[in-house]
Amino acid sequence: MGQVNETGALDRREVVQKLLAGRKDLLVVTGLGSPSYDVMAAGDHDNNYYLWAAMGSAAMVGLGLATAKPDHSVLVITGDGEMLMGMGGLATIATRKPANLTIAILDNGHFGETGMQVSHAGLGVNLDRVAQACGFGWTRAIRDMAGVDDLRTRLSSRDGVKLATIKVKAENPPRVLPPRDGVYVKNRFRAALGHAPL
Amino acid sequence: MSDAGPTPGSQVDWRHDVFRILKEADVKHIVYVPDAGHSTAIRLADEDNAINSVVLTTEEEGIGYLAGAWLGGERGALLMQSSGVGNCINTLALQACTRFPLLMVVTMRGDWAEFNAWQNPMGQATEKALNLMGVLTWRADEPQDVAPLLHGAASMAFNGDAACALLLGQRLIGEKQWVK
Repeated sequence: MGQVNETGALDRREVVQKLLAGRKDLLVVTGLGSPSYDVMAAGDHDNNYYLWAAMGSAAMVGLGLATAKPDHSVLVITGDGEMLMGMGGLATIATRKPANLTIAILDNGHFGETGMQVSHAGLGVNLDRVAQACGFGWTRAIRDMAGVDDLRTRLSSRDGVKLATIKVKAENPPRVLPPRDGVYVKNRFRAALGHAPL
Repeated sequence: MSDAGPTPGSQVDWRHDVFRILKEADVKHIVYVPDAGHSTAIRLADEDNAINSVVLTTEEEGIGYLAGAWLGGERGALLMQSSGVGNCINTLALQACTRFPLLMVVTMRGDWAEFNAWQNPMGQATEKALNLMGVLTWRADEPQDVAPLLHGAASMAFNGDAACALLLGQRLIGEKQWVK
């Protein structure tokens, strides 16, 4: 099957570094695989929640968190493959319209973790248009760093649910591994928000 | 409490008890894929401004949602039919590896007097599948058992960062009338 969507030109590490620069109290949820490594490479943080499994869940974790913490901005950083597995979640999120939630999909059109097989996004499925059809108030396909800069300025606005596909190169930079102890990451994240462990 | 013993089962409104016990457990999020057996709890959740009532496209969405709500300090519960348990299996790793309170209420199909045999494979595997993934389970087949068993499941979920499921048996819910 031929590739329909042109692969992006952006550097995923540069994109994530830019999105998280000067992040303040931004809460970040990462989808498993490369997006977790990208966020870790930009600097570990108590307000980061890294997923290592439960493929397809990142956006829904973001929805639950955004609903419980309406006074915080929540950013989900995931990949096109991870989002595709939970695509129904875009419909669920659209029914809730959390004003403080942004989903940033690092879209390389491939399953990078498993050998760079072409994904549905690479074969022509535009996740930003799926989100738009579901009812997201703001969606974009971002192809340059000016677009990334624009997205970064919107993260703290909390004026409507947003989703961007960011077209990055299909490549695997060196892995920068976040902590794999899920209980530790959970308790650290909650503690930073003032919630005691059990 | 009087000394008169338990209320006769026929007078217990277990459908309202489900919502009442969830409220007593300080649940702020009720997320669900609809089932007729959950219709009262879903309606009451929709009408309650203190509850975030969220309809899902598939049951495993609820596991991610409740993990996120707990990160933000709030409790929730996932309502689904037994067929939905099958959809949740891989995602239950999120609870196993991060240990957050995951309370589930499951209405059974393929369990008793089932007309549609296509429900039987998942219905018969539901409790074992949950147990295989580390979920603690209880079964209610009598109306008066729903409230105490759900209270117990909620207590062990929220006091133990555990995954706990109450199964509501098909005898409790009643035989579905296919031909009227």
